[in-house]
Amino acid sequence: MCGLAGVLDLGGKGGMASLQARYSALSGLLRHRGPDDAGAWTDARTILVHRRLSILDLAGGAQPMLDNEAGLALVFNGEIFNFIELRERLEATGCQFRTHSDTEVILHLYKQHGLDFVDHLNGQFAIALRDTHQDRLVLARDRVGICPLFYAREGKRLMFASEIKSILPAMGKSPSISHEALDEVFTFWVPASPNTIFEGVFEVRPGHMLVVDGDRVVERMYWDWSFPDAGNFDDAPAETLAERLVELMTDATRIRLRSDVPVGGYLSGGLDSSILLTTIKGLGVTMSSFSVNFEDREFDESRFQQDVVKRLGTDHHSVMCRSGDIASHLARTVWHLESPVLRTAPVPMGLLSGLARDTGYKVVLTGEGADEVFCGYDLFKETKVRQFWAKYPQSDFRASLLMRLYPWMELPGGGAASYLKSFFGQGLATPEDAAFSHLPRWTTTAKGKLFFADGIKAATETSASARLMSRLPTDIRHFHPLNRAQYLEAKTLLAGYLLSSQGDRVLMKNSVEGRFPFLDHRVIEFASHLPPRLKIRGLNEKYLLKKAYERAVPASVVARYKQPYRTPDVTDAASLLTGEMRDTLSASNLNRAGLFDAKRVEFLLKKVSGGKRVTISEAQSLVGILSTQLVHQQFIQDFHQWAA
Amino acid sequence: MEKQQTRAKLRSLILENYLFTDDESELEDEVSFLDTGILDSMGIMEVIAFLNEEFDIEVAEEEMIPENLDSIDNLLEYLARKRATV
Repeated sequence: MCGLAGVLDLGGKGGMASLQARYSALSGLLRHRGPDDAGAWTDARTILVHRRLSILDLAGGAQPMLDNEAGLALVFNGEIFNFIELRERLEATGCQFRTHSDTEVILHLYKQHGLDFVDHLNGQFAIALRDTHQDRLVLARDRVGICPLFYAREGKRLMFASEIKSILPAMGKSPSISHEALDEVFTFWVPASPNTIFEGVFEVRPGHMLVVDGDRVVERMYWDWSFPDAGNFDDAPAETLAERLVELMTDATRIRLRSDVPVGGYLSGGLDSSILLTTIKGLGVTMSSFSVNFEDREFDESRFQQDVVKRLGTDHHSVMCRSGDIASHLARTVWHLESPVLRTAPVPMGLLSGLARDTGYKVVLTGEGADEVFCGYDLFKETKVRQFWAKYPQSDFRASLLMRLYPWMELPGGGAASYLKSFFGQGLATPEDAAFSHLPRWTTTAKGKLFFADGIKAATETSASARLMSRLPTDIRHFHPLNRAQYLEAKTLLAGYLLSSQGDRVLMKNSVEGRFPFLDHRVIEFASHLPPRLKIRGLNEKYLLKKAYERAVPASVVARYKQPYRTPDVTDAASLLTGEMRDTLSASNLNRAGLFDAKRVEFLLKKVSGGKRVTISEAQSLVGILSTQLVHQQFIQDFHQWAA
Repeated sequence: MEKQQTRAKLRSLILENYLFTDDESELEDEVSFLDTGILDSMGIMEVIAFLNEEFDIEVAEEEMIPENLDSIDNLLEYLARKRATV
């Protein structure tokens, strides 16, 4: 991965050369994304700057890459994993290559296919391509949103960058927190794309490109998660589909091992990373594995990690996340996230990438994406039960299936059952609602809005879910209910949080690139056509994936009950409240930012520090309020101090 | 008088710990804790613990039902019945 930034003058008046030094300086804020090299290019209307993390063609892949004859200049963050096959294909049609990098492949593809060049790419990328002959700028982002790409339009300028911190100082007006996006964070955990938490700053949506021809800016979708109309699924036998899945995953992994530097792997101890490392071993590659462990045994998975390490013989490294680590690393982590978060998991993920980097690795493969593609989350099982229950809402038997999902919630006197019924019963009368699957989660999260200051409440009267649904690029109503849930998950938590706050941002914080074989678009498209019964069999999640790999990975991992995510945030919330964090949450700082009701927050702090049990939504609220305050402090109040 | 004090204690428990406010207008005595999401099932267990600590009331397993515990009014009526039988 790398970092890019730039500006386009939409007015066509030129004068960009005088700004190049300023933009090159701004790209210094992206040094962590590309510590190995830096470059810049300018024409009358454009500045492109690049920070390089050298992974492929260490000697020849410098950027911006130019094709003077065709009038093209390119900066690119990411990897094109099928570049060898593309290069062979292009050479067969007469293309001549000057380098061995994947970057040059993009230039040739654009020359041959125009804007359809992205359809040929199998990879993760953020691209800024200037076509001087056609007076065009293309800003393109990979299909699922692995590489970040932001932009802001102000007057006659379009500014863009891999991280927002390179855009804010170039804007004429002071940055401010978007109340709409804050409302979305406290509903979906993430701003609804293309929003970011900053007013007027947007992301290029995954699977989209912005095309600027002259002064006309058009957004174009080239790919989206797509599922067959309910009923039109692949009806091949399960055994055949399992074989096909292994073939695809093997190839997706093989091309993601392409690198001129060593590649490592993250190992959580769960099914997905075990499958991944097993696949890598099967390809004849010996590698290092990296894990994060927790002091609190309840969240620690080291026993399962050791089963896999023993079986595969990886050179294993682990880092311990201790109780105080979260609070001490949170502020610096938020500087990289550039967004509020509702849980602190990005912190341990940052410790993990730090471990990889300290061990000498700048590329890691991870199992991210398998839960979205093959339906591993409880939310998918809940959706199945709730759909079944909605057909006969009076049925106590159907409602009691929820207790099978949450056996640990058993309480005397049926207290848990009545809570589960009231909680998961939301939306039961309208199972065809496109947002049906996510209503319980969104309602729990939205409880945090109780802490909003009055001004924020007034500004966000339209429902966040209505806004999200109206912005989805695809009409999902004709999808099977399970696929609708998958689509919403991909569009909210996967792209906006897992690949960002727990992915790119905390990987690149330590100049480490993550690669995700389960998110190869061929794997996603294959899985999208699987019948829902092969994703969740009864209440057994990721059924086909388990079936395909049941003999390859340790039985303890396959048989392992998938624990609902219970975060240390809930059991250890008080440890967040160090002196520094309390100061961030002081009434004067809260009032200064004007986003939260200081008095209510005081009651929350009293409850947390008093050692009382906090609920999931209260823990989320605490982390959300704290991280929002940190964003305000770092990017609005004291930006120059943080940027220094 | 005693009923008013009990009511005030229960209201203060819910307002300060689950609604994070001391604004009395935010809680109506008849509103269901579970239906409105003010409390989850663990929250109900905490209320049970509070009844024990504050009023020395033991809640039997078969009494852990919404009719007894799911609103300020239900709690007050339940407490009155329990005290009457002591």
